Parts: sequence; structure tokens; C-alpha cells
Amino acid sequence: MAQVTIRQINKFYDDVHAVKDVNLQINDKEFVVFVGPSGCGKTTTLRMVAGLESISSGEILVDDVVVNELPPMDRDIAMVFQNYALYPHMSVFDNMAFGLKMRKFAREEIDKRVREAADILDIGELLKRKPRQLSGGQRQRVALGRAIVRHPKVFLFDEPLSNLDAKLRVQMRVELKKLHDRLGTTAIYVTHDQVEAMTLGDRVVVMKDGWVQQVGEPMDLYNKPANRFVAGFIGSPAMNFAGVTFVARDGGVWADNEAMKIKVPERLVERVRPHVGETATLGIRPEDMRIAGSADPVEYGFACDVEVVERLGSETLLDVRVGKDSLVASVDPMTPAKIRDKLRLALDPDRLHFFDGKTEAAI
Amino acid sequence: MIEGAIWRKWVFFYVPLALFVFVLLFPFYWMFITTFRPDGELYQPWNSPRYQPFWTNNPTWEHIKYLLEETLFSKWMWNTMLISGVSTIVSLFCGVLAGYALSRLNFPFAGTLGTGIFVTYLVPQTLLFIPLAEIIRNFNMGDTPWALMLTYPTFLIPFCTWLMMGYFKAIPKELEECARIDGASRWQAMVYIIIPVAIPGILSAGIFAFTLSWNEFIYALVFLSSPEQKTVPVGVTSELIRGDVFFWGSLMAGALLGSIPVAFVYSFFVEHYVAGLTGSVKG
Repeated sequence: MAQVTIRQINKFYDDVHAVKDVNLQINDKEFVVFVGPSGCGKTTTLRMVAGLESISSGEILVDDVVVNELPPMDRDIAMVFQNYALYPHMSVFDNMAFGLKMRKFAREEIDKRVREAADILDIGELLKRKPRQLSGGQRQRVALGRAIVRHPKVFLFDEPLSNLDAKLRVQMRVELKKLHDRLGTTAIYVTHDQVEAMTLGDRVVVMKDGWVQQVGEPMDLYNKPANRFVAGFIGSPAMNFAGVTFVARDGGVWADNEAMKIKVPERLVERVRPHVGETATLGIRPEDMRIAGSADPVEYGFACDVEVVERLGSETLLDVRVGKDSLVASVDPMTPAKIRDKLRLALDPDRLHFFDGKTEAAI
Repeated sequence: MIEGAIWRKWVFFYVPLALFVFVLLFPFYWMFITTFRPDGELYQPWNSPRYQPFWTNNPTWEHIKYLLEETLFSKWMWNTMLISGVSTIVSLFCGVLAGYALSRLNFPFAGTLGTGIFVTYLVPQTLLFIPLAEIIRNFNMGDTPWALMLTYPTFLIPFCTWLMMGYFKAIPKELEECARIDGASRWQAMVYIIIPVAIPGILSAGIFAFTLSWNEFIYALVFLSSPEQKTVPVGVTSELIRGDVFFWGSLMAGALLGSIPVAFVYSFFVEHYVAGLTGSVKG
């Protein structure tokens, strides 16, 4: 039962400003995921919560107690590392029991808790083995077990699935989700994989260059990205971007470039109007485009050349060229479209995004 | 391994290996055969008709008997063992702690200090023994085992520190961080996690330190004078070479017996030792 408050924290390494004014309130039982490209400050933030890095300025509170100066051992947190960090000279049992031994738990209690955790993670048969005798997935489970036996206030995960192969990663992701549901411990999870962020997080924090870009529930990030970076980072395949200029014409506002003339939908017109004459970026997700039919309005479509057709089974991706821009559209898997076809794509006007040409913030 | 035709394997692998083994092992063989060869055979001129340098038909224990009964050899062995043992333990203790600190604690000039320590190891002993002799004399430790037990660490500690620094650096930082989150203090994390993981490194530093002090010659020659205080290398060469007379049989017997403890220590820890030098930490 714990909440974590991060208040205006900064981290400097000599001249490098790695974490910039991060503020975040993490509620009890919440699963918060920090996501961003490497070097964005997410791991540093996590390590400051853990007590492994000093805090240059600002405060971190666990349950309303400032922990800035507390050593890691006194923060009552558990952490799972990317390389598992299992103690190679100890058996699985001793690895899991180490934290309890350090905290002077009675032998029976240690035994009970380790077996309980081993049951939850299905590693009961491995307790006598050494880490080098385990597979990657088993090591990952032991590392998780070592964290859960302590019943800590907060779990910290530092890219725990990155060293697993793709199939195992998906499987462990589901198990992590179940585990959190069962234990209800507050968790902070760091990853560079937006799929992990979207699937695991109750809330997701997107970071870049030390700044928090946006905090929100996964679908909010997907539907209402705060800026071009978040829009491009969340979602796979990534959102398409095309440079446009806003032009007032025929009583409406249009986003034009040499190959595309898209009418700004009614809901956005008032917000776009002050930007008329400026350049901007139009954003549209691949899944919000389709091959145009005769009923589709002309102002929400454009002509293009098909460059590549990728048939994935559940969907077909068309890589198309529109003037200078190359876009990806996810269309009906059964489409007869083939390479070098010329066709028209229609956009869903409700799912159009515009980003300011200079600040890149959503308009 | 070398890929390709069989002849390539012979030319580039087996033949060089055989030459190498021969060059390395021949002195030991010579030492061994000389130990058991009677004096009558040892001092034969090379052109005598019964000259037979690589083999003997009349092996004898007489040189070993002479060594053990007529010289203070067993006392020298004991001295050497005591001095090597103590200076190895002292140096390992300091080297492990210093190596840990230099590789893991962030303090100003840690890197410079590490390099500085290594540079002291490069100062030749033949230069250092002059000031050290002065110090030994001032402390009235001349001709006692203390003279060596305290001077050997001057070159062993830099060596152990340097070796352990490298080894500690190869151990993932996360192991220690995890231990500290698990509730260990920095000291406990070192004692329960880092040192056990570093055992191969510590063993190889120990073996090296032990061998270096076992074979050390100059300090032992300068700081010890009475025969009953001497170590094996100094004792054997000073007592069994009288003027220009070499007691080859007993000399070689002394060398042979003197190398047994080192060979024993090596063979015992050889696996750890190799792992320590190649720096492998398996997760």
C-alpha cells in the first residue's frame, strides 16, 4: 500500500541535464510505465526512486515521507533489473531469501514466503539450482520472485523483458499483468518498447531528452497525443506525418501541400484558424486510412502510388508515395492492390491530427 | 582452433605447441635428473666415452640427504613459507579492499590513484631496496622475517590491487545494487555478494602474490644475513655455492624441493586461476 510522489526532480551529471523538472503522482496499486527512446532519462528517474542515484534537486516521497536521503535498503522497494542480477553463487532459494535474511526474518517465515512466491511463479522445482543452470525465462521469474517475497511497498522494473526472446517476452508480459492484478503492489516500470507500455500501464509517462512529454492512460496517448513525438512513438506501425500549410479557401481552412489538399474538419477549424499561413504537420495513423470508394468525399482523400504491399494476414500494409511524403496505410487484408498501382486513399476526418510546425505541439 | 587441412593443424598448432612445451619443461627435467645423478657422473667431461647427459643408470638420494641433513634447508623452507604466507595474506586483504574501492566507489581522482598504484609496481626492486634497507635498519628489523613480511607487500599490494580492480570492474554493478535494495549495507553487499563472486580473481591474485614472494631474491639477499633466517632461493645459492665450487646435485635438489609447494598450489587452484585471469563471471 503505497503512493509515490515525484516533485520537480532534476538530475545533473556534470554538464549533462539528464532529468528535467519531472512531476508525477503515482497512486496506490497503480502500474505506471515510463517509456521513451534510450537516453531519455527514464531509467535515471527510476534509479532515483530506488535510491541508486542521488537527486540533484526536487523531492521523492513514498507515502508522504521524503526519501531523498534514505539509502536503498530503507526505502522498502524491490527492483527487477534488465540483466536479472541474480547472485551467481547462490541457489534460487538463497537468491530469493537474501533480502529476507538481510532483514532478519525468522527461518520459518523465510521458508514460507519463498515457497509461496515460487508457487505463484511456478518455479518450485528450481529452488535448488544455481542461476547458470536456468534458461532466460526462468531467470526472469527468479528475479521477479526475489522482488515479491519481500512484500515491498513499490516494485521497480528496469526493462525486465528486454533480454528475452520475442515469444517469451509476450508471455512474460501477460504474466506480469496477472501478477500485478493479484498482488496489487504499486509498480513503476521502465521500457523503451511502446507495446509493453501500452499493454501494461494503467498510466504511461512518455519521456524524451529528460522532459516528460505526456502522462496519461494508454488510449488517451493513442487518441490524443500532446505532441508530434508522442504521436509518432505510440502506436505500431507509427503514425504518418506530412508537411502541410494551412490555407483559408472556399469558406473553410485547408491543409495543403503539392500532392494533398485536405480540408480541416469542423471540430478543429477554430483551433487551426490562428495558424493560417503557417506550416504544420498533418498526422494520420495507418489504421485510419482506407482505399477510397466512390462515396468517400474528395476533401478527405488523396491520390498516391503504391510502392510496397506487405500482407500480414490480419491486415495489409500499403507503403505509398504522395508527392514528397511516403505514408503507410493499413487496409483491408483482401485488397487486390499491388505494387505500382495508382489509387486513392481516404482518411477518417475524426482521426486527423495537426501539429504546430515550430513547437510540434498538437493543435 | 585452426581450420583447414590436417597439415596446417600440424604446422601451425601441434609443432609450435610441442616446441613450447619442450622449452618450458626441459629445465625442470634437467633439474630433476641432476638431483638424482651421482657426483661421479655429474662432473664428467662432455667428451668422455661414458658421457650420458640426459639419463642416469645409478640414481641416488645422496644429494637430497645432504641437503636435508647437512644444510638448514628445512628451516629455509619454513621461513619461506611463513614469509610468503603472511605477505600474501596481508597483500590480498589490502588489495581486495583497495581494488573494490577504486573500481566501485566514486571519489575524486579514483582513476588517477589507480594508475598511480600501478606505476609504483613498475619501480624496479633493484632501485627500491636501497631506501628500504635504510628503513629496515632504522626499525631494527634487519635479519628477521619481519623485514621481508613488511617489504614484500610494497610490490604485492599494487599488483593485487590492480588485478582485483580489473576483476571487480567485470562484475555487473547491478548485482551490488540489487543487494543494496534487498537490504544489505554497502559493506554487507561486498562481503556477501561481490567477494564470493570474485573468488576466482582473489585466488589468482593470491597465487601470483605467493609465487612472487616465494621466488623473491633481492630483498631476501639484502635484508637477511644469518643462515638460519634465509629463504630457499637465497639459502640454496649462498650455502651451496662456495667460492667457485657449485654443489650441483644439492643445488638442483633444493630447487626441485623448493618448487614443489608452488606447483602444488597451482595445480590445486588451476581452474579458478584460469577463470580469474580470463575474467569470466557467469550470471
